[in-house]
Amino acid sequence: MAEFLINSAGLPEWLAWTITAVVAAVLILNVIAGGALVFIWAERKIAARIQDRLGPTRTGGRFGWLQSLADGIKLLAKEDLMPEGADGMLFRLAPYVSFCASFCAFIALPFAFDFVGQRLNVGVFFVVAVLGLEVFGVILAGYASASKWSLFGAMREAAQVVSYEVPLGMCVVVPVMLAGSMDLVTIAEKQAGWFTNWYLFHDPFTFVIFWVYVTCAVASVNRAPFDLAEAESELVAGFHTEYSGLRWSYFFMAEYGSMFLVSALAAVLFMGGWNGPIPVAKLLGLSAGTGDTAGYFVRLLGMANLLGKATLGVLVMMWVRWTLPRLRIDQVMTTCLKYCTPLAAAMFAGVMVWQLALPGGIVRGLSRPAGEVREGWLEGPGGKAASRPAADAAQKVAEVAR
Amino acid sequence: MRGPDFLSQLDAALPGAIVGRNLEAMDPWIEIAPERIADVCQWLDTKSPVRFDALECITAIDWFEPDAKKAAKVSWQPHTELVYHLWSTAARVSLVLKCNLPRWKGDVPGQLPEIPSVCGVWRGANWHEREVYDLSGVWFTGHPDLRRILCPEDWEGHPLRKDYEQPLEYHGIRGK
Amino acid sequence: MASAIDDDPRIIEFDVRTDEMLVNMGPQHPSTHGVLRLVLRTDGEVVSEIEPHIGYLHRCAEKIGENLTARQWIPYTDRMDYLAAMNMNLGWALTVEKLMKYEVSEKARHLRVLIAELSRIASHLVGMGAYGLDLGTFSPFLYAFREREKILDLFEEACGARLTYSYITVGGLTADLPPGWLGRCEAFLDQFEPIIKEYHALLTTNAIFVKRTANIGVLSRELAIEYGCSGPVLRGSGVDQDMRRDGEAIYTAMYDGYAFEVAVMKNGHYPRDHEYPPVPADAVLGDCWHRFFVRMLEVVQSMDLVRQAIDRYSACKGTIGEPLKLTEKIPAGDAYLETEAPKGQMGFYVVSDGTAIPWRVRARSSSFSNLAVAPELCRGCLIADVPAIVGSLDIVMGEIDR
Repeated sequence: MAEFLINSAGLPEWLAWTITAVVAAVLILNVIAGGALVFIWAERKIAARIQDRLGPTRTGGRFGWLQSLADGIKLLAKEDLMPEGADGMLFRLAPYVSFCASFCAFIALPFAFDFVGQRLNVGVFFVVAVLGLEVFGVILAGYASASKWSLFGAMREAAQVVSYEVPLGMCVVVPVMLAGSMDLVTIAEKQAGWFTNWYLFHDPFTFVIFWVYVTCAVASVNRAPFDLAEAESELVAGFHTEYSGLRWSYFFMAEYGSMFLVSALAAVLFMGGWNGPIPVAKLLGLSAGTGDTAGYFVRLLGMANLLGKATLGVLVMMWVRWTLPRLRIDQVMTTCLKYCTPLAAAMFAGVMVWQLALPGGIVRGLSRPAGEVREGWLEGPGGKAASRPAADAAQKVAEVAR
Repeated sequence: MRGPDFLSQLDAALPGAIVGRNLEAMDPWIEIAPERIADVCQWLDTKSPVRFDALECITAIDWFEPDAKKAAKVSWQPHTELVYHLWSTAARVSLVLKCNLPRWKGDVPGQLPEIPSVCGVWRGANWHEREVYDLSGVWFTGHPDLRRILCPEDWEGHPLRKDYEQPLEYHGIRGK
Repeated sequence: MASAIDDDPRIIEFDVRTDEMLVNMGPQHPSTHGVLRLVLRTDGEVVSEIEPHIGYLHRCAEKIGENLTARQWIPYTDRMDYLAAMNMNLGWALTVEKLMKYEVSEKARHLRVLIAELSRIASHLVGMGAYGLDLGTFSPFLYAFREREKILDLFEEACGARLTYSYITVGGLTADLPPGWLGRCEAFLDQFEPIIKEYHALLTTNAIFVKRTANIGVLSRELAIEYGCSGPVLRGSGVDQDMRRDGEAIYTAMYDGYAFEVAVMKNGHYPRDHEYPPVPADAVLGDCWHRFFVRMLEVVQSMDLVRQAIDRYSACKGTIGEPLKLTEKIPAGDAYLETEAPKGQMGFYVVSDGTAIPWRVRARSSSFSNLAVAPELCRGCLIADVPAIVGSLDIVMGEIDR
């Protein structure tokens, strides 16, 4: 798009890049905000159905489908309270830190082939790292609220998220290893074809590690049974006890954004991303790589596919939340350090050995042998140019980080 | 309750502690000299053939008639009566102990009557004694933490005394 | 209370001692069952001491009782344990009847059993559901309330009220059952029986639930007796005592001819009259799990008793008789009676000087003694255990503060 603006409209390069970035950012922001509205409504309805209730039925005519919007308006109209002893600046800053972290991670998340805010060749690294930043918002909120309950929530969150990043990182490394790339687009494209090509079914070890990933992902986004940071029956509302109105709703949106993100990440890493269980497009002889209308529709189809998978993940999280009691903090840590981490490490080693002994997996090969795809093969001239600056920057960050 | 045999043992162990008894009453009771109550309870809890290991309830009854006309007709002298309801989990029987205290210590209004605490016998007595102190105004000597429990800490008076007058105001809140 | 910290193995093990913090839990807190206030002294997540503060719901019931006739005080007993108001009515009515040496008709006696046991089911349902809430699972709470509503519907039909019934009164009951009531009650029992399995699946045998309750807040037999604990709290510690069987003649006579087994662990097992889930390996006699389980057993036990009562009641000819006059004089003297309310032994003491208005009334509530033991149980536990322990005592503040 930037190239188009420079070449055809004759805009200066910096303006073209800014416009491109703003358009992408606005689109993604809408995905998060719109998604949060839908998910909050879905959570209400699902929770209600699980509990033998009806949930919202009236707002918006039928099914209460406008309930989240009505709630949003209510939150907007609420008084913005701040405790007297609170650290004003940090207190105000915290929700935005949380929200921005969740939002930033979406930039590198591909919704379909080429439907990505900014394609990064270290996409996995970027998403996991930025998602981890969300904890800063929570810690800030807990610290700045001048409430002991908030502080407890923040400390729990810090301990929990930092611990769960370890097994989460190990789980994420497995698809990276199998694909030979940290680029999310490449990883997803490698799983193209039938669902048997998904890394989930690559070998028994990946199957196990997927469930470890699910556990860690639920824990790292603070959903029940790991919702200790807000633990209603213990800590009143945990880190956001003192928040009200719009600031509170930013935390809420960040939570739902993160939920969606880890589900989408699971879909990309383990469930073929936008490649459906049945390769419809391929059977019809269409390809996403072409720039024509047919290719565009294939990509739209792929996006629907990915959104569907991610939504499924979110729904499973809701189902779990409304069924299970909450764990205690020491039990949460035990689950992480005693079970998830060793299991993830063992499975990682297992996948490695499997790759050496049986490269290509057991059920792969229905469509295309592994190893044919190399890094960067998908990059057309446009994609290459578009991704370069940010990719370079990210690479530098990655190098520094190493 | 296993009748006189058990009581005679108590009498032998702690002579002079039992100052009255009524074993024909609906709930048979024995009256204990107030200063001996802790010893008697200790004996009942540990040495008695029927071990009364649970304290169910402590009640203070204020025998006082504020109305002078009615007061002339009553048959009793004003006093505060403490009633202890004990229970034996092993024998599944109950026992009632009663103690008679003056309404005020040394008949000086405002000086709370005193009685030894039984917290050392049953730790569960702690809250019961606090409640009696709070509502009926009996001071339990030897209680580890005798504070008001149901009323606020700065409340004045003991509401279950018959001559209690409700305050007109409490921290600016009208009482009447 | 430095000694309490010294005795806590966890703190010594880690050899980390930071500044202690006083945290105020309640009176406005989601899991303190009304207006209980607990002051926690904590070192991080470890609670070294809790101190309950009560009295926020003190309504001078005893003082009011000195100004009303015995029957006029019945509505005030409703407001003690408002979740089992029928049992409170029964306790006071029987105490006054004991002093008056009054006996109700055979039909009224069976109706009282029927109502009291149904009320016990309703109370235990709330206890169970709220306990799930304390542990962070929301759905069982609504499942419990769904069934409780049906019991309240039955009560409403019988006496016109849903919470504060004043149905059982001195000298009998205020009204006989409406036609068709027994059939609806039986229909409810038939429908309710299989649902208990759901509760066991969601809570009793749930792995997380067992982790959160087994071996937590262990109340020894001796401590329970010393503190005057009663009801499921006492039986959960393995003390075989139930006032319906062991109480005074006037109360046990009510249950003459009824077959029931006291829900207590004897010789290593619970009654085997029905199929119950097995005791988990981690559970220790006297812990939160056992207290909870005893309540679940009593629900089934009460269902059996209600069925028996329906048979006996319908076999009785004639009417239930009229209750005593509002201004009936009470003979001089005093009487104390303890009845087995759902939460424990509810004792009423009445002192009369021969007029219609008692000289002194006293309510000895089970929750009062049961809560008094909480500081002993919470020594050295984690913050998350505090709601778990206090919830397992199943307290009602109306009864504690009176």
